[in-house]
This record gives sequence, C-alpha cells and structure tokens, in this order.
Amino acid sequence: MPASLKIKALTKSIWVFHLACSPCNNCDIEILDVLTPRYDVERFGIQLVGSVRHADALLVTGMVGRKVVDRVKRIYEQAPKPCVVIAVGGCACSEGIFRDSYNACGPLDKIIPVNAYIPGCPPKPEAIIMSVVKLIKALKGEK
Amino acid sequence: MSDKKRTIIPIGPYHPLQEEAEFFKLYVEGEKVVDMDIELGYNHRGIEKLSESLHWDQSTFLVERICGICSTSHPFAYVNAVEDLAGIEIPIRAKYIRSIIGELERIQSHMLWLGLAGHFLGYNTVWMWSWKYRELVNDMFEFITGNRMHYAMMKIGGVRRDIEKKDIPQVEKMCNDLIPALDLFKGAVMDDPVIHARTKGVGILPREVAVDYCVVGPTARASGVDIDVRRDDPQNSAYSLVDWKVIVTQNGDVFDKAVVRILEMYESIKIIRGCLSGLKKEPEGIFDLNVKEIPSGEGIGHYEAPRGEVYHYVRSDGTNRPVRHKVRAPSYVNVPSNQYAVKGETISDAAIILAAVDPCYCCTERVAVIDKEKNKKLMNGFDLIKLCQKKTELLRKMSF
Repeated sequence: MPASLKIKALTKSIWVFHLACSPCNNCDIEILDVLTPRYDVERFGIQLVGSVRHADALLVTGMVGRKVVDRVKRIYEQAPKPCVVIAVGGCACSEGIFRDSYNACGPLDKIIPVNAYIPGCPPKPEAIIMSVVKLIKALKGEK
Repeated sequence: MSDKKRTIIPIGPYHPLQEEAEFFKLYVEGEKVVDMDIELGYNHRGIEKLSESLHWDQSTFLVERICGICSTSHPFAYVNAVEDLAGIEIPIRAKYIRSIIGELERIQSHMLWLGLAGHFLGYNTVWMWSWKYRELVNDMFEFITGNRMHYAMMKIGGVRRDIEKKDIPQVEKMCNDLIPALDLFKGAVMDDPVIHARTKGVGILPREVAVDYCVVGPTARASGVDIDVRRDDPQNSAYSLVDWKVIVTQNGDVFDKAVVRILEMYESIKIIRGCLSGLKKEPEGIFDLNVKEIPSGEGIGHYEAPRGEVYHYVRSDGTNRPVRHKVRAPSYVNVPSNQYAVKGETISDAAIILAAVDPCYCCTERVAVIDKEKNKKLMNGFDLIKLCQKKTELLRKMSF
C-alpha cells in the first residue's frame, strides 16, 4: 500500500483507544466529555473503541506506574501500524506532580513513541479537539 | 474448586467496561457467577509518601489529584484534618463556600455515574443526556473557580476564592435549570419497566452484610444503613446550618443504589440554595484565615465524598511538612462488597453490579494488594457490556 493511502486511511475516521496508565481519572472524564453531546466528535467519525486492535490512535493519560509499564508497551505493540500516540494531560507529558514518586517509570515518551502532547491538568475538551485537528494536518503534511 | 467445571472470565486490566486499569476475575459455572477476585495496584502513585515531602499547602494540590471525580472531597478531608490538628475554626463564609463546592461536585459525580450505569444497561440515551446536563455543573465550576475540574478551592484556614454577591444569581439560575433535568432522570429510572426488570432484586447487599463489609456512602444507605458524615460530624462545613435530610432506602439492590443517588442530587440542590441564602447575609471579604504555622500533633479529618466517607489522618512534628499522611478512600471498602453482591448472579448482570458501587480506583490505590493465584483456563475477549446490553434489549422486546 502506498504511504499516501495509508495516511488517508488513518486520518479519515479516527478510532481512538483510551489507555489509562495511572491517571487521576480527570483526563479520562474529559476524553469521554468530548464524545458526549456538547462537543460530540462522533460527528467527524472519531469513535472510542474497546479493543486496541481496532485503534488508529492511542490516547494515553496519567503517569506510567511500575505495574503498568510492561502493559503499556504490550498494548502499543498490539496496535495496528501506522498508529499515533497522543499524551493527554500534564502527567502523561511530563509526569506532573508525581515526578518524584517511587512508582513512576519516567515520562511516556521514554517508553513508547509519542506524536502529540496535550498539556493541562486536565486539558479542556476544546484543547483535546484542537490537538487532534493539528495532528491530522501534520500527518497530511499540511501546515 | 477443582472437581466442578469452572471457567475464569478475566475482566481487565484494560477493558471497555472500565475507564481505569483494573483486574476482576469472575469464576463462573455455566452462566452463574460463583466467586470473584479483585486485583488492584494498576493505579498506585505513592501519594502518601509524596505528601511527606511537600509543604502543608502544596499537599492540598497533591491530594486533589488523588481522584479527578471527587477532587474536592479529598482536599476537604485533608484541610479538615490539618485544621483539627491546629484547632482552627474557619470563617462562616468559607464554610458556606466549601459546602457549595462539595455539593456541586456530588451532583456532577452522581450524574456521571448515572450516565455510565445507563450505558452498561444499554441505555445510551441516558448516558448522553446525563452527560449533557452535567456540563451545566461544569460550567458553574468554571464560573466560580476558574477550572472545569480540579477546582483548587480548599485551603488550610478557609477557601481560595470568594463567591461574590453579584455571582450568586448565576449559581441560582443553574440550580433552577438542573431541576427539570433531574425530574427527567427520576422519571426515566423510576417509571421504566425494563430498568425495573434489570435492576430490581439484582446484586442485593443486605443490611447485615453491608455492616459486616463496613461499606459507606450511597452503597450503605441503599442497604438501610443510616450513615452520612455530613450530618454525623460536620467539621468546618455548613451542613449543620442548612436544612436537608439523609436519603436511606432498604432493599440494597442496584435499583435502590440508583434511587439513592438521584434523590441525593435533589438534596444537594437544597443545600446549595440554603448556603447561597446564608452567603447573602454574611459580610463579604472574610473567607480565609491565612494560616502560616502548623503546630505538632495529630489530626483527623473526614468528609462524605460522592462515594462515601473519605478519611485523612495527618501527623506533624512542628515543621512545615506532614510526618505521616494516611488516606482512606470510600471505594476501598465498597469494592470488596462486590464479592458478595455478584455471587449467584448471571454474567450479564455482573457488569451493572460491579458498576453499582461507583468504584473509583484512583482513590483506592495507595496500597497495592496483589493476589498471586495462577490461572489455568482463560477466556479472552469476552465483551461483558455487549452481553449486558443484549439482555436489556431482550427484556425490552418481551415487554412490548
């Protein structure tokens, strides 16, 4: 399959898998918020899926704890490639307030490759939508 | 265990049923659930240890990040504990504001639960509706505190921001807008024959068992245990100053747990209205004591979070950091009661029973409890929600 077709298939109707590492639940709630009537991104074909094997994008929240780190790697390997990884919230981007915790295993981008970062504690739904739009543009090579 | 043919159904750690990583092991014979194991620890972040390395005021922000849904309850209990340690009585205006924030949070948390419960039962309309009206509460949080979640309102000796006189009509308007939405949900849950058939008599937790498991919050009150920290011990809050009542029902099934939560939202609105009229009478500007020194000693604080009693213990040696900080979250005692409630039920009911206590693992996991039993037979990719929704669909067809 040519690369351009792959990108087209990837960005047409993004199915996201929600991967909660060790979050405080807030980013996860905001992700669900994006799917519910006020923001309603399902209009654009963006859908939350139950299995990582159907996913185009991984939304990762929370700092990566010691018990989850192997599972995060395994889940990333199970995702069909090409896929994009989006780090949602301050904890996934840089571990935030849990940086000094004995259970923290380093920021997410040291564990799996990350394509986009959404800072904020938690990021507003508008910020999550904007990051997805920017990411699609970047993947297509637009500016 | 060995002579009968048992199948183990793993739910999790990453499963569409849960937002958070959690591992349930259901032992089933045919369609009947005979036992259950819970494995925790995916969410452990070492918060108690971190808290010992932070300043008293910084810890307020840390405990806020224990859980995003009850992100006022933890700081509320924590500042109560520190104020208990230092023997501080906060200004009455701060008491009112604390109660308003706490009750707004209860409304949004119960709505969130109602939506998810509707989703598990196959009523996605309920899910979408309740999350739509939940946005009203989130807007109000943004208006009062500046953030949709993680409000950062609690402070040792008071609150961080005032609710001024000119802001009060806005909050009152939100309360008025919410009432029709609540009536809608009350009607949707209480009058629907299919929801009755799915939830009545399912996952019963009798009163004696509820007492044995020491469950708290709506889970206990649905089983007829009359406990509520807001009424029993209103530390530094305005609950003793306004008129409201504790909702208690007797049956302990999933239906009663839903009813308790819906009726509690009405009480929350009553409390908010009472607090607002109290705020109007108080002079503006005095809402913080500006506490600098924390003496040595120990203090206990608790608060009724949307899921039950949150308990914080702090010990100080007179320096600017806690020597020991212990947290006990409500889900920690509520989740094991699933083990009783789910026994003897069918697998298709397990999803809603597990969800009925409104488990919150972010709160629970500061201590890791790991069960190291080896499995023999695993059935993977079992979609529990699908099964649960199918059963509702079937019942719906039968009722027409």
